[in-house]
Amino acid sequence: MAPVTPPPPKKNWSLNSKATRGVLYQVIALFLVVATLAFLANNTQANMAARGIPSGFDFLSAPAGFDIGETVIEYDPEQSYAVAISAGVLNTLKVAIIGIVLATLLGVSIGVARFSRNGLVRGLSYGYVELFRNIPVLLQLLMWYLFMVEVLPDSSESWNSFDAFFLSKGGFSMAWPTAGVGWGWVWFGALLGLVGAAVWRRRIHQRFEQTGQDGDRLWAPLALVLVLALVGWLVGGLPTQFDMPQQLDFMVEGGASATPEFLTLLIGLVTYTAAFIAEVVRGGVQSVSMGQTEAASALGLTPQHTMKLVVLPQALRVIIPPLTNQYLNLTKNSSLAVAVGYPDVVSVANTTINQSGRAVECIAIIMLVYLTTSISTSIFMNWYNARSAIKER
Amino acid sequence: MSTSQTFTPIAPRPSPTATSGWVNWLRQNLFSSPGNTATTLFLLALAIYLIPGVLEWGLFQAVFAPSAEACQAARGTGACWGVVSEKYRVILLGRYPFEEHWRPVVATSLMLGGLVLSCMRAFWKPWLVLMWIAILAVFFVLMSGGVMGLSNVRTDLWGGLPLTIMLATLSIFMAFPLAIAVALGRRSELPAIRAVCITYIELVRGVPLISVLFMASFMFPLFMPQGMSIDVLVRVVIGITLFAAAYMAEIVRGGLQAIPKGQLEAADTLGLSYWQTQRKIVLPQALAMVVPSMMNNFISIFKDTSLVTIVSLYELTGALSLALNSDVEWRPFKIEAYFFITLVYFLFCFAMSRYSLWVEKQLSASKAR
Repeated sequence: MAPVTPPPPKKNWSLNSKATRGVLYQVIALFLVVATLAFLANNTQANMAARGIPSGFDFLSAPAGFDIGETVIEYDPEQSYAVAISAGVLNTLKVAIIGIVLATLLGVSIGVARFSRNGLVRGLSYGYVELFRNIPVLLQLLMWYLFMVEVLPDSSESWNSFDAFFLSKGGFSMAWPTAGVGWGWVWFGALLGLVGAAVWRRRIHQRFEQTGQDGDRLWAPLALVLVLALVGWLVGGLPTQFDMPQQLDFMVEGGASATPEFLTLLIGLVTYTAAFIAEVVRGGVQSVSMGQTEAASALGLTPQHTMKLVVLPQALRVIIPPLTNQYLNLTKNSSLAVAVGYPDVVSVANTTINQSGRAVECIAIIMLVYLTTSISTSIFMNWYNARSAIKER
Repeated sequence: MSTSQTFTPIAPRPSPTATSGWVNWLRQNLFSSPGNTATTLFLLALAIYLIPGVLEWGLFQAVFAPSAEACQAARGTGACWGVVSEKYRVILLGRYPFEEHWRPVVATSLMLGGLVLSCMRAFWKPWLVLMWIAILAVFFVLMSGGVMGLSNVRTDLWGGLPLTIMLATLSIFMAFPLAIAVALGRRSELPAIRAVCITYIELVRGVPLISVLFMASFMFPLFMPQGMSIDVLVRVVIGITLFAAAYMAEIVRGGLQAIPKGQLEAADTLGLSYWQTQRKIVLPQALAMVVPSMMNNFISIFKDTSLVTIVSLYELTGALSLALNSDVEWRPFKIEAYFFITLVYFLFCFAMSRYSLWVEKQLSASKAR
């Protein structure tokens, strides 16, 4: 007997059918959304016309006319608003990228310290986490800023160590190799060494996968980088010039320097985000069950191998999604720069609003910048997450 | 013939090494190995080096009397807590008229009382909603006045801790239902509704709160029909609410996703409608599951209210600048005042995170077999 297939459900456009009501609800919802947006847009247009506020993005090519405290690219007030805002975007990216690297290092160390065998270390890291995550980041930034401008000595009498590092109200300066052909060879050698090290590790890994023979993954690549940098130094003609910071009467000049605003923002964001990253790491390590560690030692793996081959790969799977969120939070929190006077994109756009009155356009630009960074960070982290995910059959 | 065995006791085994007691705790946690001991000694040395200086500055050499001269004299050697005893009313209550200070104090105590009651299990009853409506009504009447012989106080004079607590409470209350609606929308089978909800969530989560606040303060006035203006406080509350709701919606969605499909199928079998299923089956389980992350979110909303100071509303952080920036005499002691409000924020946030741990325990107790 052939199996009886039920007749396909008839399309029934009565109000009682689920499909009809679904369509109806969607039409109503879309209508409400579109109507609200149209209402707001209409009001905005009418208001702007009534107040004589011009609209459009043509103002971007007009000269900005205000100075920016520090920029990555060359900038002067004669240049256009577009250049000013790009300078702000680059400043945001600068603090975000350096901040993410430092916050990861600090956060992971503190997260791991939560598992220390030493009770004092455990207690200290717990105290750190609770203290820093229970205070608003804005307040922390304001306090760091106050520390920078009140507690540090005047720039006429900076704290100085080895004549190479200077710290004062004027910021932080340190000795830095002079730009030039000689040091260029060193950087080039080190870069070559890095590439070589990556190739080396890849080969070792491939051999390990094929034959099970492990090799030196740390010291040989490290030596390669150092040796090639040394060769670069020899080729470059043994450069010895350093750009040394000099203590002048009222300021410190020369060397690589960071402004107090940048330092405030960086330190504040790093210490705050590190507390959250520490919690993420702790949660990740705790999520790997004790049985896994016990099974690994039953198989005869050393504690280092247990950590590297068993615990970490599984913990990483749990750690990465919330870690991405913390990176995005750090980037978004960098917008608080406006409170400490670091010229990031929000603070430049804020000045632009005050000068040109183009509030709608400037806020749209801010949001676009952050949306782009957020989305590209999450795409990158999703890619990394897919790579580190455990491959199941 | 039977050989009789005589019972010969063997020597008792030594008792196992004790593992409890504080001496053993110290031995295990601080001195278990040479490296461990070295770490302990290093940290103790550091503490001995640092703590006396901190105590000396913060306690023994500190000035507690509200006298600017004494503070100036102790500058560099001791903290000036006098700034707190002198200025605490302005720091905590902002620009609110001085002789009317009892009103924000009463209103805020009422609200805090309501929050504490809402945290207790015995009070999780339907009438709690009515109580909150009453509390909010009394709060606004007391704060703004204009009736029953209370003088009218404009909202731009509100400030300090009452504003912080009000912003956090109101935004949480308003964001919560919105978040549930958006989370359900994001899981809906209707593509248009899902798309609207996803756009809203991703758009808001991708931008910093400060840009939302800028929008509330610069752009909302343009959004309104001509001649209609909304108070800046209301605009900011709307901004924080819309911002918080997107994050909460993602948390609720996490809970919704964790509900096993069988629950929904069982509800379908019983003939429950969509809304009945959500209300009686899905949401109670989903919301209970996400309480810890929800509490974390509440803590971050509370901390985030400090950002409104950037759009010129003087909540706790802003009130501090207001109290000290224009006062040449006391301005040098801002850092002590910062420590004071840090303590206030910390107490609130720490209490919330402890409470969250307690709730988590209660929830896991219900799951224990």
